[in-house]
Amino acid sequence: MAHVRFQGVTKLFGDVAAVDNVELEVSDGEFVVLLGPSGCGKTTLLRCLAGLERVDGGRVEIGGRDATDLPPRKRRIAMVFQSYAVFPHMRVYDNVAFGLKMQKESKVTIKERVESAAGLLHIEDFLHRYPAQLSGGQRQRVAVARALATKADVLLMDEPLSNLDALLRLEMRAELKALLQKLGATTIYVTHDQVEALSMGDRIAVMNAGRIIQVDSPLAVYDRPADMFVGGFIGTPPMNFVRAEVAIEDGRPVARLGDATVRLDEDARAHAGRTAILGVRAESIEVEAAAGDGLVPATVVVVEPLGSHNLLTVRAGANVLKVSARPDLFPAPESEIWLRIAPDRIRWMERDGGGAMAEETADVLRSREAILSQAGNEASTG
Amino acid sequence: MTARAALGRIGVHLAAILLALWVLIPIYFITLAAFSTQESVYQYPKALLPTDLSTDTMSFFLHSEGIVPSLQRSVIVALLTLVISLGIGTPAGYALARFSFRGADTFRLSVVGTRAFPIVILSIPLAVTFVRWGIDDTVYGVAFAHTALALPFAVLVTSSVFAGISVELEEAAMTLGCSRASAIARVILPLALPGLAAAAIFVFIISWNEVFAAAILTLQHRTLPAQVLAVLNASPLPFKFAGGFFLLAPSLIVILIIRKYLFNMWGRVVK
Amino acid sequence: MASVAQPAAQARRARRWEGLPYWLVLPTLAYLVIFFAWPTIQAFGLAFREDGVWTLDAFDTMVNDLRFKEALRVTLILIVVIIPLQFALAVAMALLVNAQLRARGFFLYVFLLPLAISDLAAGIVWSSIFTERGYLNTVLEKLGIIDTPYIWLDFQKESLLLFTIVVAEIWRSTALLMIILVAGLQGIPKEFNEAAGVFGAGFWQRLWHVTLPMLKPSIQVALLLRVILAFEVFATVIAIAGEGTTTLAAEAYRWENTNQDENVAAAYASLILVLSLVSAGIILRFLRTRKEQLLR
Repeated sequence: MAHVRFQGVTKLFGDVAAVDNVELEVSDGEFVVLLGPSGCGKTTLLRCLAGLERVDGGRVEIGGRDATDLPPRKRRIAMVFQSYAVFPHMRVYDNVAFGLKMQKESKVTIKERVESAAGLLHIEDFLHRYPAQLSGGQRQRVAVARALATKADVLLMDEPLSNLDALLRLEMRAELKALLQKLGATTIYVTHDQVEALSMGDRIAVMNAGRIIQVDSPLAVYDRPADMFVGGFIGTPPMNFVRAEVAIEDGRPVARLGDATVRLDEDARAHAGRTAILGVRAESIEVEAAAGDGLVPATVVVVEPLGSHNLLTVRAGANVLKVSARPDLFPAPESEIWLRIAPDRIRWMERDGGGAMAEETADVLRSREAILSQAGNEASTG
Repeated sequence: MTARAALGRIGVHLAAILLALWVLIPIYFITLAAFSTQESVYQYPKALLPTDLSTDTMSFFLHSEGIVPSLQRSVIVALLTLVISLGIGTPAGYALARFSFRGADTFRLSVVGTRAFPIVILSIPLAVTFVRWGIDDTVYGVAFAHTALALPFAVLVTSSVFAGISVELEEAAMTLGCSRASAIARVILPLALPGLAAAAIFVFIISWNEVFAAAILTLQHRTLPAQVLAVLNASPLPFKFAGGFFLLAPSLIVILIIRKYLFNMWGRVVK
Repeated sequence: MASVAQPAAQARRARRWEGLPYWLVLPTLAYLVIFFAWPTIQAFGLAFREDGVWTLDAFDTMVNDLRFKEALRVTLILIVVIIPLQFALAVAMALLVNAQLRARGFFLYVFLLPLAISDLAAGIVWSSIFTERGYLNTVLEKLGIIDTPYIWLDFQKESLLLFTIVVAEIWRSTALLMIILVAGLQGIPKEFNEAAGVFGAGFWQRLWHVTLPMLKPSIQVALLLRVILAFEVFATVIAIAGEGTTTLAAEAYRWENTNQDENVAAAYASLILVLSLVSAGIILRFLRTRKEQLLR
């Protein structure tokens, strides 16, 4: 049994809670990604699980045993470090065999497991070499092989791909995912790269300021972010947030964005009469050439051709939006276009003016608008 | 390369050569003097080329009274100093490198601050204390004094050696089944060994060269520098020259061995 | 539903973990207290007491001794003369080492050699050169500059003796300064000098306006170390000048060994310590780098 449970885990550095009362359950064989910006506590949480940090409160359970007070070597975990931490003074073979040697396995078993792990990571040819003779990518494979060879209950990975160059990172991502799926190992993976998180995890735990904001499948985190932080952090480009008044028109709930009126789903009726923050993804907005019922007029600020699609930055009243358009659409800057936003793709964020969290997010909104509108001003004067 | 730049390069090389000569020529002379016959030591003008080499002067020096025993004592003192100062200093260096504990900065500051205290102020009371402890005029007394001198250096150097080894290596070993002690023994020490060895050699040479404390703390059982100093102005020239060479010979070898580490040592010791 | 870990077990583990660094540091601390702090206090005790009575006798004897003024004067002169010269030389050597010379390894080795040479050996080496029948006179005569050997180590001419000592000390102890400066130089990214060059600064201007200011922290450390060591100058003087001249440290040695008077020796030691600390304070004050000016 290799499931993991964090119960009320807290870790303090001085007065600051790097990890603040975290609750998380990871099932046996599950691949969970801890995702967040730097300083959010994801690495600290991982290290608490590894036993490299002492928790100041709460409980860590591994495979049903209380591991809170156990030193790392007794927790039956294996870890891949961001810097790989491959021992420079030992050959690759001895590196991969290290954990097994500590477990006092027989020479035969060690040879078997080392070769098998090396085979999985395609480093059989390097076993006799020293780490200094290997490239960064090869060293990374040695680190993974070393962790896999121990057949530990839980595999921990701390940003293992972040030191690789972009192309290699892409390849390793797929390779690692395939490998770990095949092995069915319980894995907890830390990264700040949301693309990595979306591509690899069974579930993603989005963290900020020491807390888990949302734990869900990649699709759910992408499509239904719990708040503006998650919506803004996940997805390229980040989710659009607009402030709009919710009203009832012709008996149906609508949102007023400036002069435009957008139809909303039935569940919006509860918010009628308020100013709310709506979230909508760039690819959920369609571009129309002419005005129409329920369409939002907008002015083009800048067009970025990205090959597979064009990313438009547009101004709609007081809001600035990113819109994903067909790759052959090139509206001129300052030209007028109309946006169609499907009601079922609109998400509700924290209501404007509703408490400290909403104020914080309103600030984020304001500052983003300021930056984008400044860019827009420069584009128009340029 | 422009003519001006080429001239500049030549000038720079010339300056370097001149400075190198300034360091090497005196060493050359003393070596020459030490390996000549006793008569040629008094001769004037002196031979500037090694035409008449002989071990006469050297053997005169070595056979002078008290020299060989003092030589042995210098070696023993240096070895003792090395063992004690590194034995005590390495754990402290490790603690400074790996842990951020309350008082770490104060500790580091006090260790650095001991440099402000001249050996002079140490040795004189120690001479009195050692009489009381019964170790005056012994190698142990001198070793203790030398250790006091070398210990801050040992702490700072070992601290920087350990700091240069990524803590993740230790942590990786711990996740793979080692206790902290085992992780240090299997992973950290092998990697720290070159740096530690360089520190050890440097401590040895510090002790070997030290004159003041050795001269104050010993009477009948002197170390080499103390012995040479005591009889220096009453001794004939051959003794002086051979003694000078003997005192400086180890440095030639030592610097050759550890020159790569010196910058790391001093660079980081300096903070 | 979160169950809190047993506080007692956690506290126990916390205590065991927390204690480790202190245990590792304890032997060093204890050693330094026993063999450093305590002797320093004792030294002051010896200087200010005689046979259990608080008295300034030792200081009295010291100050009124014939050789005291000379010792003090010579020590200060040596410091004032040697250190600026040494620094200029050390900067030159450091710059040379840092420049991409051919045979850089060789030059490095040579420049570093004096680091491991004791002051006694250095004194002997240079006395062999400056002695009447020594190498300097031999070379000068071969070059035709003099006819008969010149007496460099003339005990009547203090300035000449001091000159020799200065040469020997510079020869021996510049390597230490050089190392500290080189370490500092390597910490200065070369883009700064390149940028200065692009904006029109020549070699000396770059040195003065860019390199040296950025080297200030290293210079401060080097200066500190050197000044403190300078107050200990001892064996060089004896090797070169014998009884011809003296320094504070040499006097301390004589009072302890030859005169067997530990109280006066301690008085000298205390004086040396005070002078060292005062100099250290002055240097720290005047070479203070404002935090905002550091690159960190």
